[in-house]
Amino acid sequence: MNSTTLIQLFVFLLAGFVGFQAISRIPPLLHTPLMAATNAISGISLVASLVLAGAHDGLLATVLGTIAVACAMANVVGGFLITDRMLAMFKRADADTRESAAGATAE
Amino acid sequence: MIQLAYLVAAFLFLIALRALGKPDTARHGMQLAAFGMAVGIAATLLNARIVSYEWIVVGSVIGAVAGYPLGKWVPMTAMPQRIALSHALGALAATLVGVGEYYNGLSTGELGRGHVMALGFEVLLGGLTVTGSLMAFGKLQEILPGRPLTFRGQNAFNLTILAIGVASLVWLVVDPTNVVLAGVMLAVSLCVGVLLVLPIGGADMPVVVSLLNSYAGLAAVATGFAIDNNILIIVGALDGLSGFILSIAMSKAMNRSFSNVLFGAFGSAAVAETGGGSGARGEMVPISAEDAGLRMAYAQKVVVVPGYGLAVAQAQHHARELADLIEKRGGDVRFAIHPVAGRMPGHMNVLLAEAGVPYDKLVDMDDINERFAETDVVLVVGANDVVNPAAKTNPNSPIYGMPILKAAEAKSVIALKRGRGAGFSGVENDLFVDPKTSMLFGDAKQSLITLGLEVKNA
Repeated sequence: MNSTTLIQLFVFLLAGFVGFQAISRIPPLLHTPLMAATNAISGISLVASLVLAGAHDGLLATVLGTIAVACAMANVVGGFLITDRMLAMFKRADADTRESAAGATAE
Repeated sequence: MIQLAYLVAAFLFLIALRALGKPDTARHGMQLAAFGMAVGIAATLLNARIVSYEWIVVGSVIGAVAGYPLGKWVPMTAMPQRIALSHALGALAATLVGVGEYYNGLSTGELGRGHVMALGFEVLLGGLTVTGSLMAFGKLQEILPGRPLTFRGQNAFNLTILAIGVASLVWLVVDPTNVVLAGVMLAVSLCVGVLLVLPIGGADMPVVVSLLNSYAGLAAVATGFAIDNNILIIVGALDGLSGFILSIAMSKAMNRSFSNVLFGAFGSAAVAETGGGSGARGEMVPISAEDAGLRMAYAQKVVVVPGYGLAVAQAQHHARELADLIEKRGGDVRFAIHPVAGRMPGHMNVLLAEAGVPYDKLVDMDDINERFAETDVVLVVGANDVVNPAAKTNPNSPIYGMPILKAAEAKSVIALKRGRGAGFSGVENDLFVDPKTSMLFGDAKQSLITLGLEVKNA
């Protein structure tokens, strides 16, 4: 095993540990936004697709790379937008009382 | 320089995950993450291997055009399928990169064993996530039948196929340039994805969607190892771990092990039969909407238990209106959220938040269970198994041992239900034949509207 692989394994291990600390504190209330958020963030695989699409390594590689860029980009754009849309909906009672009371009387 | 940008991006992603721990900080955190993403992408464009940008632009534009509606226009009720679809997209990107890099390695003749192993994992995990997520998408979108599809010897068959996949991966590491083997592995991984999700029923979807999330993350980790990219390893680890944590939480909430969910095919005819024999006895007592409305109007403490039926009927707004009307009369309304209510983790929270229910009214199972004894009326909307006391009392019940919302402890229960049939798991519900329970039959949305009118006029 060469030293690069070893360092990568260290990175993997530490990221996993830090991630576990952060993620296990997220309440069930926000589990759907969490899934949407990790989807959006995992769109970072775009960096691999970009290189494949941009390097001239033959037609097949370019085609595969371009499709991969499209998929990853769709996840990045869609993922961040939908996470933001969802999180914007979670409001506290005090900020919301007037609005919902008005809505109820209008019914 | 590029590596430094990746470091910044990784740091911002971690900050964002930490911010997701609280609803007030979450939104700002995700904006930071989006910024981190922009930094990471911009830095990648400086990569020395990139010689031209035309295909990058083409792919990015297509992706952005496809992604915008996926982010802006998809309704909250369709969130489970939306998430399943994005697992498929993410995994497809990883799989294609894996195939592309393998092909590059073949043509340049630089295929080390370690490299091939990483690429193999990438394609194996990526491939099964792509087809598995598409199957889950099909089931959730109701393009495919939602009930479990099983056949004799299914588990043995699936394990054999999976073993072939793993065996070809091992062989490929020994013989890296064997293209036929690589093709076999890709085909096998695509089959495994289909076979994995085929026997899984609608109620088990939360576990599967989380599990596929985890696989998609692990595929990204493998990509990172394959192309020596630390940020992919970090982000993939976060993604994989988050999916894993969620799947564990979901399995726990159903009192079932992973393997039970994957190999059990819950709700198949055989299980329902044995469960039915020892199931609930007694009659469901119907109630008129007027009486139900009156009871709710004069209740001090009301708890609403939403289930998948609420999402199907798209009745979240009407539930919120009813809650507002009761609160205006001085009652206190909470929503009790079971971890596996709906089709994905947190499904009910998102739906109700969309309808404008403040998040401090959405109470997790453990916290709300202490309150049921002092609750006047529990209103069950389209939920079934999550309030079934058989999970506590009947060791023969297929859901025995599953943690439930203790609605049965409340002073009275009103259950909205479309018909008299059993729940998704095919189990009769003891709560619905309890003497203190009254059944209001009909479409959930219509019932909630009528209840709202009755409460207003009471």
